[in-house]
Amino acid sequence: MKVPTQRAKTAEPSHVGDSFVVEREHLEQLLQALVSRSYELVGPTLRDGAIVYDHLTSTADLPSGWTDEQAGGKYRLQRRQDQALFGYAVGPHSWKKFLFPPQQRLWQAARNGKGLQILPAEEQAEPKYAFFGVRACELHAIAIQDKVYLEGQFVDPGYKARRENLFVVAVNCGQAGGTCFCASMNTGPKATSGFDLALTELLQDGRHCFVVEVGSVRGAEILSAVPHQPASDADRQQAERILDHTARHMGRQLDTLGIKELLYRNYEHPRWDDVTQRCLTCANCTIVCPTCFCTTVEDVTDLTGEHAERWRRWDSCFTVDFSYIHGGSVRATPRSRYRQWMTHKLATWIDQFGVSGCVGCGRCITWCPVGIDITVEAGAIRASDSIKAPPDQSKDSP
Amino acid sequence: MAPMLEQTEAVTAGPVPDPMLPVPYRIQRVKQETGDTFTLEILPEDPSQGFTFAPGQFNMLYVFGVGEVPISISSDPGNVPLLKHTTRVVGTVTKAMRQLKRGEVMGIRGPFGSHWPVEEATGRDVVIVAGGIGLAPLRPALYRLMAERSKFRRIVLLYGTRTPEDMLYRHELERWRGKFDLEIQVTVDRAASTWRGNVGVVTTMIGRAPFDPSNTLAMLCGPEIMMRFTVMELLKRGVAAECVYLSAERNMKCGIGFCGHCQYGPTFVCKDGPVFALPSIAAILGKSEI
Amino acid sequence: MIQTTLEPILREHPFFQGMEEQHIRLIAGCSKNVRFAAGEVIFREGDPADHFYLIREGLVSVQFVIPHDGLTTVQTVGGGEVLGWSWLFPPYRWHFDARAQQATHALAFDGKCLRAKCDEDHDLGYDIYKRFMQVVTERLEATRLQLLDMYGTHA
Repeated sequence: MKVPTQRAKTAEPSHVGDSFVVEREHLEQLLQALVSRSYELVGPTLRDGAIVYDHLTSTADLPSGWTDEQAGGKYRLQRRQDQALFGYAVGPHSWKKFLFPPQQRLWQAARNGKGLQILPAEEQAEPKYAFFGVRACELHAIAIQDKVYLEGQFVDPGYKARRENLFVVAVNCGQAGGTCFCASMNTGPKATSGFDLALTELLQDGRHCFVVEVGSVRGAEILSAVPHQPASDADRQQAERILDHTARHMGRQLDTLGIKELLYRNYEHPRWDDVTQRCLTCANCTIVCPTCFCTTVEDVTDLTGEHAERWRRWDSCFTVDFSYIHGGSVRATPRSRYRQWMTHKLATWIDQFGVSGCVGCGRCITWCPVGIDITVEAGAIRASDSIKAPPDQSKDSP
Repeated sequence: MAPMLEQTEAVTAGPVPDPMLPVPYRIQRVKQETGDTFTLEILPEDPSQGFTFAPGQFNMLYVFGVGEVPISISSDPGNVPLLKHTTRVVGTVTKAMRQLKRGEVMGIRGPFGSHWPVEEATGRDVVIVAGGIGLAPLRPALYRLMAERSKFRRIVLLYGTRTPEDMLYRHELERWRGKFDLEIQVTVDRAASTWRGNVGVVTTMIGRAPFDPSNTLAMLCGPEIMMRFTVMELLKRGVAAECVYLSAERNMKCGIGFCGHCQYGPTFVCKDGPVFALPSIAAILGKSEI
Repeated sequence: MIQTTLEPILREHPFFQGMEEQHIRLIAGCSKNVRFAAGEVIFREGDPADHFYLIREGLVSVQFVIPHDGLTTVQTVGGGEVLGWSWLFPPYRWHFDARAQQATHALAFDGKCLRAKCDEDHDLGYDIYKRFMQVVTERLEATRLQLLDMYGTHA
């Protein structure tokens, strides 16, 4: 086991809620502190012309000096003028692929004569992940998936184990992506909860450091292995200025006032026909969405027919088979499938889980091959809503 | 395919059974009900395996290597762990299920979902409107009603099928009619001239069925369109919307609210349903492709 | 007189519920009590449609012959319901057979007599046509549902 060679500069213990500064050159020690505690480190890295989430071994794997240009149906990497480690928005991956893998074997079965023996998936130690570089919108997305897999009547044991093991290093966004709208969804750009450590990258006047907010005792413990010092007021203020700038430069915005009711009363809005002309029902939006959780199961057998397995795989409400029942699909038309997806994200999700299913990360806009934009579609429905929303209570004079 | 069955030891049953894991049940009897429907009677392989369910709940039935389908339990909740499931041959899994023989083993997960409000019907008239195979999920409610017949006022079963040959549980219904105070009105879409009963849709029977609309609890199960028109007729007669319950149907893969397939507007049919009070789905009932 | 004995029955029958007294009196004169034994044919397809029936008790099957299937019942009409509207419109001929499925007790109305009264008193005519319109609408709706074959596989 690697032990950090350099001791913490500050003697006093780190407290939850406190902020410290870690210099760029010491960030490596933060990663290694996690590795030495047998965390499997995953975070942003360059691959196939995109910034994806994959295994990290050191800060050298981070996309230093890269940024991305994002628009509807468009994603391009570009060089930055500086060596920022987190100078980009979210890419096509989200953390759900680690917490809820795209393919999972649920169980195996064996036939013995006329009998049947069901064996649970072999007990394997769930990976102990440290997510490095989780954005505020993604923390919200994880919290939303928690509601699905942990907070209902039933709990998914694998998800629970992976989730409990998880160490989260969040990153506050230093710039907004072209399709971002977390400010509209109240999910960012600042990480406010759900992390062990949260970094804000400062790059000014030749100084490259991170303001680190401690979010948990575990976080404090990790930080203690890394050289750090208390954040000055100036450091904190600079971090706030960066976040304020990010919030004010969102690529998109979405008016969420009464959006549930808006969509509930517009199931038959002509805009659904309009979007159908463009939507390819390719399911990209559901695959890149950090909250989409739908799955299907596949039952398979080997050639002898004596062994069977059940696999659970990510599925999408954009497939025709998704709503298949008694020889036909409930949502046979692309119109109804797009409507299902968007209404689920922005409206029915609220009834189901008490929160919106959209965190404003913009992935569905960027990765839609035809650039369909959920904020534009919702806006179009609002613009020609036949029934006006009830007056905003907050504007009532006393 | 991944290597399989590295561990051949028996299943270690945890304190809480994994809702994703099927439990082996052995087929006691396969009964052909009508041309395309049949009933499987099954018992758990492990005799210590307990099973309780409420009328209206469903199980996920697994045919080895083929797949799994949600089927309502249609047996007597007072006679567990024997379970009966009546289903229609419509897809790959139900076709394979029909080929199963007595003595073969299948997997069961459940019970899942909401149930008929039988207790709430105490002291009231009960109107049960069933269409086709929709009688199957209602039969456990009928067992419960018959078991405590005196707790309820009039009990009316209005049952519609395509033809007289498509009627489910015919002998049982006749036995009940003879034994209990139970009004059964059956109607079919069409029949040979030898049929002595009603011909017409089940919705037309509601107007004159003997019940007191101001003190009635209605339970509906059948094709969605039948339930919609039945709802209209019940409301027209003055039954309050909150006293009308119906069973919805959607694709189900997991049964526990994880897979998303059974979404019906804001609800998950597998956990919020299949039995819904009308007001909870009134806004989306009959809306196309929801 | 017959009329005085039938008026209360007319008033009680769901089909004439809420009808004005004067109209009840007018139409009672066109009606008579009839009984059909189980299996008895009430009318046959193609015959002159000179009557309609308010069923008081029993069950009547509306039938016609479907090639290969033979005589098929497409609808039954029971107590409280009305049987037949071909008397309302030319050519005043039945389009189906009607057969008492059980011993059936009904009021038969003379179509010619009633048509004449409706022609004389359009208020009465309007009332009667509205009532029949309601029945026709309900039957049409029911027929549409039957056409859907809603208990079939794809329902």
